[in-house]
Amino acid sequence: MNTANAEPFLVKDCTLLRIATGIHVQNLSEMRDKLLTIHPESIYFHYWGRKLRHVFVEPEYHNDFASWAFQSLHDITLAERLSVIDPSDSTEPEDLRAGLIEVVEKRIYECETIPSSSHDEQFHFVHAKIVVFDTGYAVTRPEELPGLIPEIPDGSVFYHFIDAARRTKSKSNDFSVWLSSFGNDYKELSERVSTIEPYFLNMRAIRERLTSILNEYLRGPTNERTG
Amino acid sequence: MSELVDSYTEVAGKTEIERLRQLSETLEGCSVVHVNSTRVGGGVAEILMKFVPLMQDLGLETSWEVVTGESEFYKCTKSMHNGLQGNPVDISESLLSAYEKTSAENAEKLRDKLEQADIVIIHDPQPAALLKLCPNRKGKWIWRCHIDASNPYPPVWNYLREYIAEYDASIFSLPDFAQPLPHNQYIVPPSIDPLSEKNMDLDKDEIVSKYSEYGIDPDRPVITQVSRFDRFKDPVGVIEAYSITKKLVPALQLILAGGGADDDPEGEEVLKEVYAAADDDPDIHVLLLPPDAHRTINALQRLSDIVIQKSTREGFGLTVSEAMWKGKAVIGGNTGGIKLQVINHHTGFLVDTPEGASLRTRHLLSHPEELLEMGVKARGYVRENFLITRQLREYLSLMRGVLAGTEGTIVAG
Repeated sequence: MNTANAEPFLVKDCTLLRIATGIHVQNLSEMRDKLLTIHPESIYFHYWGRKLRHVFVEPEYHNDFASWAFQSLHDITLAERLSVIDPSDSTEPEDLRAGLIEVVEKRIYECETIPSSSHDEQFHFVHAKIVVFDTGYAVTRPEELPGLIPEIPDGSVFYHFIDAARRTKSKSNDFSVWLSSFGNDYKELSERVSTIEPYFLNMRAIRERLTSILNEYLRGPTNERTG
Repeated sequence: MSELVDSYTEVAGKTEIERLRQLSETLEGCSVVHVNSTRVGGGVAEILMKFVPLMQDLGLETSWEVVTGESEFYKCTKSMHNGLQGNPVDISESLLSAYEKTSAENAEKLRDKLEQADIVIIHDPQPAALLKLCPNRKGKWIWRCHIDASNPYPPVWNYLREYIAEYDASIFSLPDFAQPLPHNQYIVPPSIDPLSEKNMDLDKDEIVSKYSEYGIDPDRPVITQVSRFDRFKDPVGVIEAYSITKKLVPALQLILAGGGADDDPEGEEVLKEVYAAADDDPDIHVLLLPPDAHRTINALQRLSDIVIQKSTREGFGLTVSEAMWKGKAVIGGNTGGIKLQVINHHTGFLVDTPEGASLRTRHLLSHPEELLEMGVKARGYVRENFLITRQLREYLSLMRGVLAGTEGTIVAG
């Protein structure tokens, strides 16, 4: 097993510090206009920032634009179309913007009147800075990961799984990148972890999928590498 | 060292305290000055009374200064406050002159300190003009708006914007309150202090003593609203909800607890309306409490079966989080910051009418297990979102961000 060159995996934690843009919209036409120019960080926040929000029931729609269409415009058709736009399919942030605009413009074309919300149900564009902390947790071998994952806060899962896609060359997650640093020994495990698509999952589900893949590979009866 | 911060570990959790520590290390040696317009009374003074010692405990050289002025100055700033909240107030030239003159006088007293500080946090409009009067400032200046400025009266906002635009950052409680400004506008919702007299755990004896003190029957259900006697808090609507419910739950008792009317002419008027609506019902307890009756409020919330906050308009409504922290389900008006705290069907119910409040009251009183479950969820929700430690963490984070001038990641550890 090649462990000599691998650095320890240092577990980070993070929180999001929200920043208002002062830009808000009340109807779908205004939404289209603002989507054309809004900073890509704001689109990112309205897709991913909700993962760290405390929810009692899993939201029916998977991003803030879709939730607004459902809750404030009462337009289920639009909510469904917006919700299904998976950011993991977009290689560049601008592709995601283009996808949103396309759906919104199509809906404007279809509707006899422009869908509109009440004044206090406006959509407020926000973006966020990520604040990164040390957790004090570190592992040196992949076999330690299954025991670690249940212990770390949601902020750690967000940082290493969601934020990592913006930081890593392979646009992957930190676990996969670290596992690949062991060479061929954990290449397959690294690839399996990369198959987790976080967009349709909450933090608990991401954690469960990750733990399940790690356990299956590292503790499974057919795996002889970990002996 | 850090004894005060450590005392929050049990309620806020080790992770949150560790985050505070790591952030404060990045700000080591940093001097911070808060400036507002009063040391006692009001939510801003209340939060600073805790924030300043907590920041000091974390190793930041933190102080708190207060601007002072004559009645004309306060008349002007009160009008500014009302204008920011959307009231169409026209502020006379003479009042604005008093504001500018008083700001200059305060700047004379505070200039040296403010110009030397690494971070200056100016709270609300009263001290907002100080920035322009401190031309040799070396640090970063942040304007903290505690007011619902979602729809400010344009002449008032235009006047204040001249001052505020020059700040390095501003802080608003909700995205809805933010205004177009040429700097970062951080979103930091308010919070409650779980260890304050208003929210700390109380002995059962102290809670029970309030039954006899206020003539409340401990064997019958109690619903309570704690708030000023203000039309937007809709105390008359609460009495209406109680009256509808009372027909089906004759044992029900209502407590309306709030501050005295003082010199607020509208408050007196609303109080008269409340007494008229109560119509000498012995089960309606209208309690006029002094501003420092924190333990009494705490006990009244704890002895209640359900807490109501049936506002028709509300900036944030922290009494909701106060009640939720005590494990109470809250029936709240479907407005403003209440919607962030009352998660419908989970931590309570959102209502638009007295009928709605009555419907939910009856439902919860006849489903005690659900009431209990909601209370547990409510406390957990406040722990996650509305404790002072979260607000402090966000302040430290943004201070770090403003000082470093980073657009992206803020690395604390």
